[in-house]
Amino acid sequence: MRVNFTVNGRPQEADDVWEGESLLYVLRERMGLPGSKNACEQGECGSCTVRLDGVPVCSCLVAAGQAEGREVVTVEGLADYARHRAGAHPGTGCAAGSCGTSLDAAQRWQAGPTDARSADAAELSPIQQAFIDAGAVQCGFCTPGLLVAADELLETRPSPSDQDIREALSGNLCRCTGYEKILDAVRLAAARQEETVR
Amino acid sequence: MTMAQHPRAASVPAGTPTKITQGSKSPGGIGESTLRPDGTLKVTGEFAYSSDMWHEDMLWGHTLRSTVAHAEITSIDIGEALATPGVYAVLTYDDLPAETKNYGLEIQDTPVLAHGKVRHHGEPVALVAADHPETARRAAAKIRIAYTDLPVITDEASATAPDAVLVHEGRTDHHIGHVPHPNIVHRQPVVRGDADAAAARADVIVTGDYVFGMQDQAFLGPESGLAVPSEDGGVELYVATQWLHSDLRQIAPVLGLPEDKVRMTLSGVGGAFGGREDLSMQIHACLLALRTGKPVKMVYNRFESFFGHVHRHPAKLHYEHGATKDGKLTHMKCRIVLDGGAYASASPAVVGNASSLAVGPYAVEDVDIEAIALYSNNPPCGAMRGFGAVQACFAYEAQMDKLAAALDMDPVELRQLNAMEQGTLLPTGQRVDSPAPVAELLRRVKARPLPPEQQWLSADAEGSSVDVRALPGGLSNTTHGEGVVRGVGYAVGLKNVGFSEGFDDYSTARVRMEVINGEPVATVHTAMAEVGQGGVTVHAQIARTELGVSQVTIHPADTQVGSAGSTSASRQTYVTGGAVKNSCEAVRERVLEIGRRRLGTYHPAWATAELLLEGGKVVTDGGEVLASIADVLQDEAVDIEQEWRHRPTEAFDLRTGQGNGHVQYSFAAHRAVVEVDTELGLVKVIELACAQDVGKALNPLSVQGQIQGGTTQGLGVAVMEEILVDPKTAKVRNPSFTDYLIPTILDTPTIPVDVLELADDHAPYGLRGIGEAPTLSSTPAVLAAIRNATGLELNKTPVRPEHITGT
Repeated sequence: MRVNFTVNGRPQEADDVWEGESLLYVLRERMGLPGSKNACEQGECGSCTVRLDGVPVCSCLVAAGQAEGREVVTVEGLADYARHRAGAHPGTGCAAGSCGTSLDAAQRWQAGPTDARSADAAELSPIQQAFIDAGAVQCGFCTPGLLVAADELLETRPSPSDQDIREALSGNLCRCTGYEKILDAVRLAAARQEETVR
Repeated sequence: MTMAQHPRAASVPAGTPTKITQGSKSPGGIGESTLRPDGTLKVTGEFAYSSDMWHEDMLWGHTLRSTVAHAEITSIDIGEALATPGVYAVLTYDDLPAETKNYGLEIQDTPVLAHGKVRHHGEPVALVAADHPETARRAAAKIRIAYTDLPVITDEASATAPDAVLVHEGRTDHHIGHVPHPNIVHRQPVVRGDADAAAARADVIVTGDYVFGMQDQAFLGPESGLAVPSEDGGVELYVATQWLHSDLRQIAPVLGLPEDKVRMTLSGVGGAFGGREDLSMQIHACLLALRTGKPVKMVYNRFESFFGHVHRHPAKLHYEHGATKDGKLTHMKCRIVLDGGAYASASPAVVGNASSLAVGPYAVEDVDIEAIALYSNNPPCGAMRGFGAVQACFAYEAQMDKLAAALDMDPVELRQLNAMEQGTLLPTGQRVDSPAPVAELLRRVKARPLPPEQQWLSADAEGSSVDVRALPGGLSNTTHGEGVVRGVGYAVGLKNVGFSEGFDDYSTARVRMEVINGEPVATVHTAMAEVGQGGVTVHAQIARTELGVSQVTIHPADTQVGSAGSTSASRQTYVTGGAVKNSCEAVRERVLEIGRRRLGTYHPAWATAELLLEGGKVVTDGGEVLASIADVLQDEAVDIEQEWRHRPTEAFDLRTGQGNGHVQYSFAAHRAVVEVDTELGLVKVIELACAQDVGKALNPLSVQGQIQGGTTQGLGVAVMEEILVDPKTAKVRNPSFTDYLIPTILDTPTIPVDVLELADDHAPYGLRGIGEAPTLSSTPAVLAAIRNATGLELNKTPVRPEHITGT
C-alpha cells in the first residue's frame, strides 16, 4: 500500500508498504530516519517515541497506515519543532491556556532548509542541550524517545516537579544512567526555559 | 517506489562511523567533566547504532531457534522456506564452509548452528536471508525440524546424578582434568589457614543458604549489524560488540577466512553490560552475506535478544561465618554453585571471581571456599557487570547482618571491625597493595542524614494531602500510608578490576599528532568498544593532558589497529586509557626530539630543561615557552601505535586457590532506605546512597553516571529482575520487557554519590576501574533494608510481594 504523511514538516510518501509494517519501521527503513529506536517493539520501553499530531506515541505500536494524512515529529525534527514553538508562542506557559502546539499550527509548520541529518545543523533544542550538559546520555539508545517525551512534558508543564518528571517519563526505559542525570537534564531545561521567559 | 533518499547510497553503508573531532575551550584534560564527543550526534538521532546500518540492495537475516531445551534433531526440512518468494538463502549446519564449526570465548564449545542436537531453548538451528524482515521470519517458520527429546539437566542434582546425561560428551578442554564431573565446567577451591580449627574459637556461628536469580543485561540496543561481502572474497562487518578482536578471532575460522579478510568496524553500541562479550549475530550475518553475495542486516527483536546473549549466572550459595563475642571474624566457609547453562562462555572466569572474592572486603585468615559452574540445559550464562563477585556479595553481606544480629552488634560496626585495609591478605594469599578504604566508605554512607519520613504527605492550604507517587504501589493508589514501614540497610563489596588469573590483558593505542590549519590536532585510534561508558570522552581528555592540545579527533574503533581488549571488567579506562597515555607520551617524546633537532640551537633549555607540551606549546617545567607545537612539527606528522600492559597476574592454584591473581580492586558501599507496604508486599526504595573510592575521577560526571547506573542494575535484581526458567522443561518463560521488568524512573530513587579519590600508585593517574563495584553492594543493601523493615529472612533475589506477605 501507499502511505502519505508529514514527517518533521515535510510531506512524505512511501510505496509498497506491507500492511503489517509499523510507523517505526517505515520511518527507520523507508524514510532514512533511524533516530527513533527499536529496543522492544512492543510498547514497553519508549525508545521509539514520536509525536503523532502532537501526542507522544510509541511508533512501534502504530501501524504505518494509521499515520496516513497525519503529522509526525521525530527526534530528527525536535530542534526545529522546538524553535518553531518558541516562535509561535514564546514564553507562554499553561497558565495562558496555550499549552502545546495546536494541530493547526503543527500543520502550518515547515522545517527550515537545514536538513536535520547534516552534522553542522546542530542547533539543538533546550532539552537536547540539557541532556548533553547534564550527562544524561551514555549509550544514548533511550535518548531519542526520552527527548521527545521530555520535550512534550516541558511544553505542557514548563515547571514540573520531580514527581511530575518521573510520572511523565515512566514509559521510557534507560539501562545506563539510573535516571538521576535524566532528571537533572529535565530540571536544567526547565530552569533555562524560565530564564528565557524572564 | 518513491521515498526519501537515504543519505548515503552505493557501496558505503549508511551509518558507517566517522571520525569525531572535539575541541575544548578549557584545558579539557583529565579531572574535568568534559562532555561526550558523541553527545550531539546522540541527541539529534544521527548517531548510527548497529541496528541503524543500511545498505542499498541489502537483505535481512533471521535466525530460527530451537523450541525445546535438550533434544536430538532427527530431520530438518528447508524446502518450503527456500521456495518462498523473496528468500535468497536458507542455511543449516550442513552449509558451514570451514572445518571449524564452533566458537567460544575460552572453550570453543558453542555450535554456530546446531549439529544434530540442541542443548538449550533458543539455540540457533537455521538462518534465512530475505528481502524483507517479515518475509525472512515467515520463511523461517516454514522450516520443519523434528526433535527427539533428551532428559533435561537443570540443576546440580540432575547434572551430577549417577546416570546424568552429559551436556557435552568427549570434552577436551583444559578444565576437564580437574573437575569432579563432566557436567561441571570449572571448579576452584580457595583454602587458606584451617577453617575447622578456627571455627572452634568462634563464640557465634551463623549459616545461610542464598539463591541469586538469573539476571538479564537488558541493554536497550538489540543485537544487530550489517555484513557486506567484499570483492576479495572477504567481508566487512559493522557490529555492536564489547571486543572487536575477540570477535574476529572467533569469526574468521568459522568462515574459513584469514583474519585480514574479515574487517570489523564498531557500530554504535546501545549498552552492553557483559551481554556483548559473546558472539550473537556476527557469524550468522557473515555466512548469509558470503552465501548470497549481498549485504545482510540482522536485528534481533527483544524476544530474540533474550535468547541471543548469555545472562548473569544464577547461583546457590551456602555460607558459614564465625566470630568471637567481640565481633572478630574467626573463619568463613562457603560453597558457591553457579549455573553456566548449556555453553561455557565466561563461566571459568566467573568461578575464579566468585571463589577468590567470596569473603568480600573483610580480613579473614581461615577460609574454606569452593565455587563451581555447571553445564546444564538452562540458558547459557556468562558475563554481566560484576560477575561472580555480585552473587558472592549478595550472600556474604546477608551473612554479616545475620552475624551482627547474633552478636547484638551494629551491622556497620561489625563490618568496620573486620574491614580489610591496605596490606590485608586476600584468601588467595595476595596482598592488597593499594588503599582499601572499606571502613571509611561505610562511615560515609552511614553519616548521611536520612531522608525525611512520610514524604508522601504534603501540607497545603486545604490541609494535608497524599501524593501516591511517593508510596509503594505508586499510581495504582494501593495505600495512603497504611501498613507502610521503613527500613534501612547497608552493604559493601569488593570487585577485581581487569582480566585476572594470568591473562595477557593488554591494550593498544595509536596516537597521531599533526598540525591542521595552524593548530596541533591529536588523533586517537583504538579498537576500544565505546558502549556508552564514555571511554571516548576520557581518551580525548588524556590526549589533551599529555599533548597540550585542544582539538582531539577520535577515530572509529576497528580492527585496523591492535586489540584494546574487552570493554568489561571495569578495565577500559585503566588499560586502554593507560595505552592512550603511553602512546601520547611516546608521541610527546618524538615531538620534543624533532624540536631539539630543528630548534635546539636557539635556546639552551631544549637540551637542559624538563620539557612539556601545554596549550599548544613546548614549555619548560619552569613555564618558559620555547616554541609552538606548530612551529616544531611544521608539516611533519608523528604517528605511533604501541601496546601497553599492566602488571602481570598469576593463575590460581587449582587445589588451593593461592596466587597473585588480581590486578586491582574496586570498593563501593551503599545505604538503602526502603518503604514497604507489608500488607501487599510492595517495596519502594526511597534512597540508595553510594560511596565509592575511584582512585582518581578522570571525568567526575561520567563517574557519577557509572555509579548511579550500576546501582540501579543492582536495585533491579533486588526487587524485580529475574529470567524465569521452567524447572521441568528448561524453557524461558518471560523473554520480553512486558514480563522481564527493569527499573523505570518511578522505581529508581535518588542516588546520592560520594566519591573518594585515594590513588592506586600502580595505575595510570592513580585511577581505579569503577563500573562494576556499585552493582555489587546495591542489591544486598536493598535486601538488608527490606529485612530491616519487615523482620523477614529473605534469602533470594528478587524479593517478590509474596515473599513479604507470605501468601
